[in-house]
Amino acid sequence: MDTHDGVPQENSQPEPGEKMKAATTPHSLADVANARAAKVPGTQPIGSGLEARGVHAWFGKKHALKDVTLDFAAGTVTALIGPSGCGKSTFLRTLNRMHEFIPTAALAGEVLLGGKDIYASGTDVTKIRLRIGMVFQKPNPFPSMTIGQNVLSGIKLAQLKVSNTDDLMEECLVRAGLWEEVKDRLGEHASALSGGQQQRLCIARSLAVRPEVLLMDEPCSALDPGSTFRIEQTISELSQTMTVVIVTHNMQQAARVSDYSAFMLSDGGPGELIEVAPTNELFSRPRDKRTEDYVTGRFG
Amino acid sequence: MSKIEQVKPQMPWLPTRKEKSQKLLSFILSVAASIILLFVTGLNGKLGWVIAFFISYVSISFITEFRRAGVPAAQDSLLTSVSRFAIFLAIIPIVSILSTVISKGWRGLHWGLFTQDMSQATVNDPIQNGGMQAAILGTLLMVGLALLFTLPISILTALYLTEIRGKLAGIVRFLVQAMSGVPSIVAGLFILSSIVYPITQSFSGLMGALALSILMIPTVARTAEEVLLLIPNDLREAGLALGATQWRTVAMVVVPAVKSGLVTAIILGVARIIGETAPLILVTGGGDATNLNPVSGPMGSIPFYVWKAFLLGGSEESSQRTWAGILVLLIWVLFLFIAARLISSRTRKG
Repeated sequence: MDTHDGVPQENSQPEPGEKMKAATTPHSLADVANARAAKVPGTQPIGSGLEARGVHAWFGKKHALKDVTLDFAAGTVTALIGPSGCGKSTFLRTLNRMHEFIPTAALAGEVLLGGKDIYASGTDVTKIRLRIGMVFQKPNPFPSMTIGQNVLSGIKLAQLKVSNTDDLMEECLVRAGLWEEVKDRLGEHASALSGGQQQRLCIARSLAVRPEVLLMDEPCSALDPGSTFRIEQTISELSQTMTVVIVTHNMQQAARVSDYSAFMLSDGGPGELIEVAPTNELFSRPRDKRTEDYVTGRFG
Repeated sequence: MSKIEQVKPQMPWLPTRKEKSQKLLSFILSVAASIILLFVTGLNGKLGWVIAFFISYVSISFITEFRRAGVPAAQDSLLTSVSRFAIFLAIIPIVSILSTVISKGWRGLHWGLFTQDMSQATVNDPIQNGGMQAAILGTLLMVGLALLFTLPISILTALYLTEIRGKLAGIVRFLVQAMSGVPSIVAGLFILSSIVYPITQSFSGLMGALALSILMIPTVARTAEEVLLLIPNDLREAGLALGATQWRTVAMVVVPAVKSGLVTAIILGVARIIGETAPLILVTGGGDATNLNPVSGPMGSIPFYVWKAFLLGGSEESSQRTWAGILVLLIWVLFLFIAARLISSRTRKG
């Protein structure tokens, strides 16, 4: 259970100055991605992999996603990129069964977690969502709870047993990069935090139930550059213990945080997966013309 | 320090002295014009003066604004003065009711009102004989029981409409809305014909509470539904994405987030039924003696007390009793509404 404790919290982070430089100086996307690829250790990390097999999604009659087959290897960060409306978020929501909350939603295909289809009949969907956590586009801490209660809310909601909640709270807040800012105000309401802090609180909240996979739906789109930087640091750190899938509109961000990138596109019909490759390859040597157009900014 | 003092905070958007005096002038002019109108035309009395003032004020401010800034400004001023007048018309009855009830009712108030009932007195006895104990306790008991029946039904109905969103949600929402238009006497007749005559064959406080519940359920359910709809879907999804069941999400995330809104819904529901008279006349039997047993024997209530004092009276004492009863009822309702306002304003801040 406590595999995270062995992870050094401070040392593993890249130098803030160095990273900031990468974020602000106009390198090419490929340079940024290469720089990251060079830093990733070659060892096989811990965590469960996720495999999407021929996933289609519909909203009513509208076919929103067509035949996406994509592997998320354990312990990697995969960025889903593509223009608005290409089905990135829809695809992400099929991965932890949030898609079905939309009335009229329909689905085909399989999503395998640890080799088992999460859509198989008889699957306990709440257990699936415990193992596959999610961070939303808009920070959504629970308004009726304090900062500390928000972190532990998943434990209460799913009725899990935890021996030392104080340690867990601190651990999650440290991993989300928020501990130093809130350690003296855990009893305050979450609405007292800034947007960036609230988003990191939401990350801490999803870490508390110890998911194996974390899905992030444009987690930085509502945030300022400083908060974005902190969250990217957090993602890099998380990838050492879990599988991360992040939807982003920001290709610089994809280049900075991800090991693999998947480009999705809709030509007016359902969204499709065009190309998936190691991020540095996708940005330096895209195989598909459409990917090249998108990553070089000629379109989208 | 001296440098800061040099700059004084100003509000350049406020009307200048000239504009203020112009406004005052047009007000005085319209008062004068309305008095002239009163003489010239067939209008008379207070109401006639109000109408004359309305006509002259609206037209004079329309003309002055037109001369100052043209047609759009004149249209603007027309709307402003008409809506001011509408507010005035809306406030008149409220202020009038409050002032009449207070001025006529306070003389009928005495301590015995809360310690005696009407079992040993008639409505025409001196005001010191008898009191409202039976009525106050009866109203408390019946409203309390109605609350007990209504609370689970209406909150769960609202949760069905907003959280479960089942196949019947559309029909249920329609029925709840239609139910809130049911005349109160129909609720009384329903209980009378479906329970009192065929089953219990006797009047009691419980029957009154049931009739009140019919009136209260739609009010509470609709208000609760509205506050639940204010909760962004993000919060529900956040709970579900953490591996919670829907029931745990509703209980731990959704309901706590609207707790004070639900309290407001309940208070509005109580205020809706506390003054109901017709159904209680039909099904409670309207007792004069204090009766704390809701399942047997007639039970009094404040509206019934008022109705009886008015109906059987004719003396100075009975009319004092009527006004005092109304005053007690009005104070309760006022108190409930203020409580609802305080609680809901606290939510908005939090």
